[in-house]
Amino acid sequence: MERSEQKEGSWEPKILAFLCNWCSYAGADLAGVSRLQYPHNIRVIRIPCSGRMNPAFIVAALRNGIDGVLVSGCHPGDCHYLSGNYFARRKFTVFKSLLEYMGIEEGRVHFSWVSAAEGEKFAQVVKEVTEKVKALGPARNYVKERIEVC
Amino acid sequence: MERIAEQIRKEASRLLDSGEVELVVGFKKGTIPMVNRPWFARTPEEAKEFHWDGFCNLNLVNYLTKRKGKVAVVAKGCDSRSLVLHFQEHQITRDQVVILGVPCHGMLDRRKLQRAAGKKEILDVAEKNGSVILRGKELELVLPREEALQHCCTICEHRNPVLADMVLAPEVEERKTDRFSDIAQIEAKEARERWNFFRKILSTCIRCYACRNACPHCYCPECFVDCSRPQWVGKSQDPDDVFTFHLFRAFHMAGRCTDCGSCERACPMGIPVRLLTRKLEKEIKERWGYEVGLSLEGIPPLATYRPDDPQDFIM
Repeated sequence: MERSEQKEGSWEPKILAFLCNWCSYAGADLAGVSRLQYPHNIRVIRIPCSGRMNPAFIVAALRNGIDGVLVSGCHPGDCHYLSGNYFARRKFTVFKSLLEYMGIEEGRVHFSWVSAAEGEKFAQVVKEVTEKVKALGPARNYVKERIEVC
Repeated sequence: MERIAEQIRKEASRLLDSGEVELVVGFKKGTIPMVNRPWFARTPEEAKEFHWDGFCNLNLVNYLTKRKGKVAVVAKGCDSRSLVLHFQEHQITRDQVVILGVPCHGMLDRRKLQRAAGKKEILDVAEKNGSVILRGKELELVLPREEALQHCCTICEHRNPVLADMVLAPEVEERKTDRFSDIAQIEAKEARERWNFFRKILSTCIRCYACRNACPHCYCPECFVDCSRPQWVGKSQDPDDVFTFHLFRAFHMAGRCTDCGSCERACPMGIPVRLLTRKLEKEIKERWGYEVGLSLEGIPPLATYRPDDPQDFIM
C-alpha cells in the first residue's frame, strides 16, 4: 500500500474505517446523502458487524502504512445480530489497552457507535479522528520496511 | 517432598490397579539435575517411577487437551486452574479426569540457581527446611528457598488446587501479593518509551514458538502464525513481525492465562513474555473482577458481556 502523501509542509493522514453494515455504514451513507462535509482522509471497509472485527485487521492496517484506524458499529442494544457489538466492546477494551501498553500511541485506534440515523455524528467522529491522528503525525513505528522485488 | 511423591505413587497405583483410570500423568525424575520430565503411567509398575520435588514446574494440563478415556493428573494450584479452563472450553470433560491435587510451595527456577552457582556445574539439588542446597564439583551452596523460586511462584495467590478429587499434602497458606507492580511501572512510561522497551526485550526472540507450544491453552488446530492466506504475521525475525507475533500471542491469552509461567520457562532466550499476559490479567481483573479458572461456574470474560460494560473509550 502506498504511504501517506507527504507534500511540502502539508501531510494528510490515511485513516481506515471499518464500518458495520447495518448502522455505521448506513450512517456514513446518510452523511453523504445529506451533503455533510467531513475530512476526505477516510477509507471505508464494510464489515457485517462490529463483532466481525478481528483485531488482526487493525494491526494489518497499521503495518501497511495506515496512520489511524476507526472501528464503528451499532449502539449497544441495536445490534442487528443482537449481541455482536457487546462482545466486540469487550474485545476492543482489552485489545486497545494491550496495543497501547506495547507502545502504539493513544489516538491511533478509535472506536465509535454510529447509528444509521446519525449522519451528523458520523461526520463529527471522522472530524475528531482525523484531528487526533493529524496531531500524532505519521505512523512510522510499525510499518514494516519491505524489500521491493521487481 | 518424598512424602508427597509416596502419596502420588500410592494413589496412582491404586487408580490404575482398580482400573478407575487408564493413565496417570505426573512427573519422573529427570536424567539431568533441575529438570523433571512428565511421566505417563499406564500400569501400577510404571506408577512406581513417580517423583516430586521443586522442579515439577511443567503444566501437565498441556498433555490432556482432547485426550480420550479416563485419566488422572497431578495438579498444583496453577495446573488446577488450567484444568478448570480446559473444562470450560470443552477440551476435556470433568468426568474424564481424576485430579490429584498437590498444594504447592512454589517451584524452583533453575536459571536463578545456575546464576547463583556462577560457572560451576550443579550436579545435585536438595531441599531442606526452607532452603535449597546446591552441590557440585567444588560447589556447596545454601540458598533460602524463597529466593530460588520462579517469578510466577513468588507472586502466586492460588497455591492450593482450586479443584481436586483428592489432595495429597497438607494445604499451604495462601498469601496476598503485589502481582502487578512491575506492570504498573511500565504503564507509567510514555508511549514511545514503552515501544522502545518492548522492542528491546523482544529483540532476542528467535521465533521458535516454544512459548506457544508450552502453553496448555494454545491448542488451535491452525495457529495464526501458520496461516499463510491471509498472512497476519510475517515469518521473519524482523522486529515488526516479532512484535506482531507477541502481541497476538498475548491477546489470544486474554482472560485465559492462569500465569503458570510455562511460556517464560520454555523461552530459550529468557524473554519475559509474561509482562504481556499479566497486563491482560490486570486489565481483566480491574474491569470485570474476573480471575481465570477459579470455578467451573465462571464464564471467561471475552465469552460473555454485560449491557452496562464500561465504554469510556468509545466515541
